[in-house]
Amino acid sequence: MPASQLESKVNSSIAIRAENLCRHYRMGEALIRAVDGISIQVASGEFVALLGTSGSGKSSLLNLIAGLDRPTSGTVVVENNDLAKLSREELAKYRLHTVGMVFQSFNLIPSMTLLENVELPLRFAEVDRDKRDGLARQALDRVGLGARLRHRPTELSGGEQQRASLARALINQPRFLLADEPTGNLDSQTGTEIMNFIREFNETLGMTIIMVTHERALAERYASRLIFLADGKLLGDQSNAASAATVQTSGGGL
Amino acid sequence: MKTYDMAELAVRNLRESFLRNSLTTVGISVGVASLVAMLSLGIGLQQLAGRRLEKSGLFDTVVVTSRRDLRSFSREQEETGPAPAESPTLNEDARQKIAQLPDVIEAYPDIRFITELRYEDKPYLTMMAGLPFSAKNNDAFDGMQGNFFSSDTASEVILQKSFAAQLLGKTPKAGAEEPSVVELAKPLLGKQLTMRYSERTATPAAGAADTKENSSNPAGASYSVVSHEVTLKIVGVCDLDPDSMRGQARARIFLPLKLAQNLHVMQPSDLRDTTNLASGAPAYTTVEVHVKSPTQVQPVEDAIKKMGFNTFSIVDATRSLRQFFAVLDLFLGIFGSLALAVASIGIINTLVMAILERRREIGIMKAIGASDGDVKGLFFAEAGVMGIFGGIVGVALGWTIGRVINLGTNVYLKRQHFPPEQIWFVPWWLVLGAIGFAIVVSLLSGLYPASRAARLDPVQALRYE
Repeated sequence: MPASQLESKVNSSIAIRAENLCRHYRMGEALIRAVDGISIQVASGEFVALLGTSGSGKSSLLNLIAGLDRPTSGTVVVENNDLAKLSREELAKYRLHTVGMVFQSFNLIPSMTLLENVELPLRFAEVDRDKRDGLARQALDRVGLGARLRHRPTELSGGEQQRASLARALINQPRFLLADEPTGNLDSQTGTEIMNFIREFNETLGMTIIMVTHERALAERYASRLIFLADGKLLGDQSNAASAATVQTSGGGL
Repeated sequence: MKTYDMAELAVRNLRESFLRNSLTTVGISVGVASLVAMLSLGIGLQQLAGRRLEKSGLFDTVVVTSRRDLRSFSREQEETGPAPAESPTLNEDARQKIAQLPDVIEAYPDIRFITELRYEDKPYLTMMAGLPFSAKNNDAFDGMQGNFFSSDTASEVILQKSFAAQLLGKTPKAGAEEPSVVELAKPLLGKQLTMRYSERTATPAAGAADTKENSSNPAGASYSVVSHEVTLKIVGVCDLDPDSMRGQARARIFLPLKLAQNLHVMQPSDLRDTTNLASGAPAYTTVEVHVKSPTQVQPVEDAIKKMGFNTFSIVDATRSLRQFFAVLDLFLGIFGSLALAVASIGIINTLVMAILERRREIGIMKAIGASDGDVKGLFFAEAGVMGIFGGIVGVALGWTIGRVINLGTNVYLKRQHFPPEQIWFVPWWLVLGAIGFAIVVSLLSGLYPASRAARLDPVQALRYE
């Protein structure tokens, strides 16, 4: 893909804007500041890695962007949607159409076949029955699982399960892919396989990627920008020149 | 999510924990079955009682008597209305007036007399009554052997079974099995009876005299009583008792009403009304009025009372009877519903367990875009599907239980020499109502678990492995 074309896209808009974002919660007596005053902006088409040790608040931040959780204070605006102001119903629509999620533990529904798992978001989106099947097959084909449609998740390897969950995340054609330690449960070879898929989505579909990881090496290899968190606070934010070999980025960061 | 998808997912989720959900559904079935069995028993008993009573024609009948009889049915009637001596005579004019009241189907005089009958040269004494032709459709003639009167004036009679037995000398001994009506009718149908009776005729002198002179000279009013004989043909023998409401005075042999009137049989009340009788139309002891429906009995009664007659109907008795059955149904329904209430707790329990078990699944669904409504609808649909299955199976089960009860009761009735009865009845509205009720109860039970599932925080649900 010509670099100039991508650059114009990246610069075209600010996709995610968080301002003084906080998420505090109580655990017994203690007040946990999982996210504590974070302000960041992410441009459309970026591949951002959220780095930090466990408990640094990176997953909490991802959940806030995903609309799974609501901030205690501050704002997070995704494509002009102020998530704090959306109703529960609107937030569900946002999760359905705007973002796709993958998790460390894959989170496929064990009682359903791969095809049914991938089809599930289409059901929630009320897509017609006859269209659903084709779309789900297509999505599974794309991640190389076209031959395992009728298998249940437990019959598959971790890598295959994560590929299926990628297919599910993409089925409603969201503009954001939010990945929470997507390779955390995989060996390095299958992890690479998954990361290559994610990179491909970023490059060919122009999806904005936010990936939570604690593996710096992985982040440096694939992400165009690295954001470091510790104790719920922003520790560092840098564009990643190393990955510029594959993805041209310009100063999307602050 | 579309309703169809919701239902499909619900069914597959139910199949995932097949045993537990089946047991819950069986619980609903048992509840519905007990409800259906109880209510159908109540309805059956009500119908049984209603059938017996309505067949007797008691509910839509008003009995009219003259106040001149000095025999009122209640003190209240004695104290109100005109004094007996000033009250009108219950004669043909009055009967016609009553027959013309709104909602009155017919009004006919009750003619009954004790008479001597000869059958194969042996005399029998019994009460005889005239039957209006309209009684033909009375259910008391169910199971009658032979036919109803060929016309309203035919010289024909219908025997009550017990009188038929007497004629044949087959009166059953106490405790012995009653001979069947078929057996009794065979030798009697088509045979002749001779009836001897006293006919009331105007005396030739009075009859020939000028009517004007007659009325101006009451002392000249007189009639004579002549003994007569008439031959009657037996056309039917009935199993049931068409005259059951009469108690002691009930007749055991019936002749067409018009024929009875034309015979001018001397009536007990004739003596008292000598003066009136001699002057013209006969007076009646009692007139029976048939009203279109039980609900119109009261206004008709009121109208007749206004004319100065005494009336009696058992509408009040009916009312309390109906009340009794309403209360009975209510109690049976409550007992039946108890099992359903227990079943609904079972549904709540099953679904709450399902939420705990599928906590993660709910979290996943929310993360990939399910709305609160989708999750709620899914659990709701699961409750509904259990309700539908439970309802259908339960109705079938309740129907079977009812059938077995019915069968058992009839075996018992047969041993006690009673005719078989349908004491249990499942109307269509009960079938549909019970299934509907099961679904409603299930959905209500699903309400709490469903909203609890919908409120589940996806972050919490996904946090733990």
